Amino acid sequence: MKRYTWRTGLLEAAMIVAALVFAFPVYVLFVQALRPVDDTGASPLVPPASPTLDNFAQAWQQASLGPAVLNSALVTAASVVLLVVLSALAAYPIARSTRGWSRAVFALFMLGLLLPFQLALIPLYQTMRDLGLLGNPIALIIYYTGVQMPFSVFLYTGFLRGLDRGYEEAAMMDGASPLRTFFSVVLPLLRPITGTVVILNVIFVWNDFLTPLLYLSGSGNQTIPVALFGFVGQYVSQWPLVFAGLIIGSIPVLTVYFAMQKRVIQGFAGGLKG
Amino acid sequence: METAMAPKAQPAAPAGSASPPPPAPARRFRTDRIAVPWWFVLPALAFFAFAVLVPSARGAVYSFTDWDGLARSSSFVGLEHYRSLLSDSGARDALVHTLLIAFSVTVVQNAVGLLLALGVNTRIRSRNVLRVFFFAPAVITPVVTAYLWKYLYAPEGAINAALDALGLGLLTQSWLGDSDLALWSVVAVIVWQFSGYSMVIFLAGLQSIPREIYEASDMDGAGPVRRFWHIVRPMLAPAFTINLMLSLIGGLKLFDQVWVMTQGGPGGATDTLSTVIYREAFQFNAFAYSTAMAVVLTLFVIVLSGVQYGYLGRQERNS
Repeated sequence: MKRYTWRTGLLEAAMIVAALVFAFPVYVLFVQALRPVDDTGASPLVPPASPTLDNFAQAWQQASLGPAVLNSALVTAASVVLLVVLSALAAYPIARSTRGWSRAVFALFMLGLLLPFQLALIPLYQTMRDLGLLGNPIALIIYYTGVQMPFSVFLYTGFLRGLDRGYEEAAMMDGASPLRTFFSVVLPLLRPITGTVVILNVIFVWNDFLTPLLYLSGSGNQTIPVALFGFVGQYVSQWPLVFAGLIIGSIPVLTVYFAMQKRVIQGFAGGLKG
Repeated sequence: METAMAPKAQPAAPAGSASPPPPAPARRFRTDRIAVPWWFVLPALAFFAFAVLVPSARGAVYSFTDWDGLARSSSFVGLEHYRSLLSDSGARDALVHTLLIAFSVTVVQNAVGLLLALGVNTRIRSRNVLRVFFFAPAVITPVVTAYLWKYLYAPEGAINAALDALGLGLLTQSWLGDSDLALWSVVAVIVWQFSGYSMVIFLAGLQSIPREIYEASDMDGAGPVRRFWHIVRPMLAPAFTINLMLSLIGGLKLFDQVWVMTQGGPGGATDTLSTVIYREAFQFNAFAYSTAMAVVLTLFVIVLSGVQYGYLGRQERNS
């Protein structure tokens, strides 16, 4: 193809300007978070004369972000492990069978992509209350595993349909049971799409706000978004403190994203073919 | 079957003892090459039914009763809630806002996402960094981005300060306080956060186009605009379908950002079906009425996405 011409240079400049516009909110976020609390009246655009990290330490303590990070991590890890194993297990027969029941089950899962959570919100809240699970992270793990199942099954089914059956058939010929074939042959072959399933579910579960707000309120088992929501409500005028808290709360999920960013694009490419 | 077709020349077994073909191989022959047990779907189905299907069905049933969220029993009231919805001007406004948000987010987010994808799918040196960068807002907790933008939009906030600094002081606004403007300010936040998501899906589509096709069109002397319209656009049809579906459904269900930034204000100017449902249920305890509203939202999601999917499917087949 063509080499780097002046036109390419012009395009590059335009894209970088677009990136700077996109980055403007993040710039303001850091300028504020590094500002000493008593440094009021300055323009929100000018970096503080004497930047400080005190806000981060204070926000960490006062929003009790430590326990919230642990809680979010526990709920996210458990939900994502359940989602990966169970949705891949379900997608396996759906992708391999051409019979009526498999199409019906797949259609049922796809209906789940459309149903807005608002419809199930209140009846499920009542069920969790009756089971005595309000305030318990287990309620959230069950909820996320169920609610993200359709999307995960969708991604795995598309990928499995394009996957060669030779390995599975060989394993079955050798006398491996279907379950054993699934865990030792199929699941490892699914690794590319598993990366996508993991990252998209981590983003969803970590960031979800309304359900933990309802299920965990007042329990001390808060997740990050709910802890931040309560924290901002308390310190609404102290933006430097608030912004430091917002940054801390975003670091874990951003770290996972930057570590796995290659998989995101590859996984979408695989999903498009499916 | 096999016995019937067996050649006659073979030493025929006595007719009386003609055993039926062994059942196991026959069944495998008729179905799939590999028999994967159907019960593998059960655990996934159980979680899905518990968290989504059963409560959704119950929600739909509650919308025809006077259930208050606490009582064990409730009585059937027919279409009463749906009738009051028709005369509830707040709910009607919320429906209009929901549709406005969903349509404008769908159009603008995908237009921006497509431009970004075309921009980074070139030979520019920063392409890999920019890809990672533009997707990053989609990863951040909506509660965080909503608070950040609430500050940016404040009267003495960063956007007005930036406009002043650029000598555009006339353009400063009360971005979330002006009831004519607030809805579009919310849309801008969603577009900022999720354009990168659309970009990644378009990019995946662009990268699946074989390089030879570009080279052939170069030799034919097609300019970039004609090449996009006649070659790239039809090949992006699957990416368009996924993107438009995701942003339409996401726009119709939107809650977190609106709730954190405006709680539906000022004066209901940014109320959506989601914020009204939440308020009716958890602040006014009108549980049954709020589930009727959720049923209406569900119907809109299913009908609109069905229409869109049908249209995009035809486009895909035509191209």
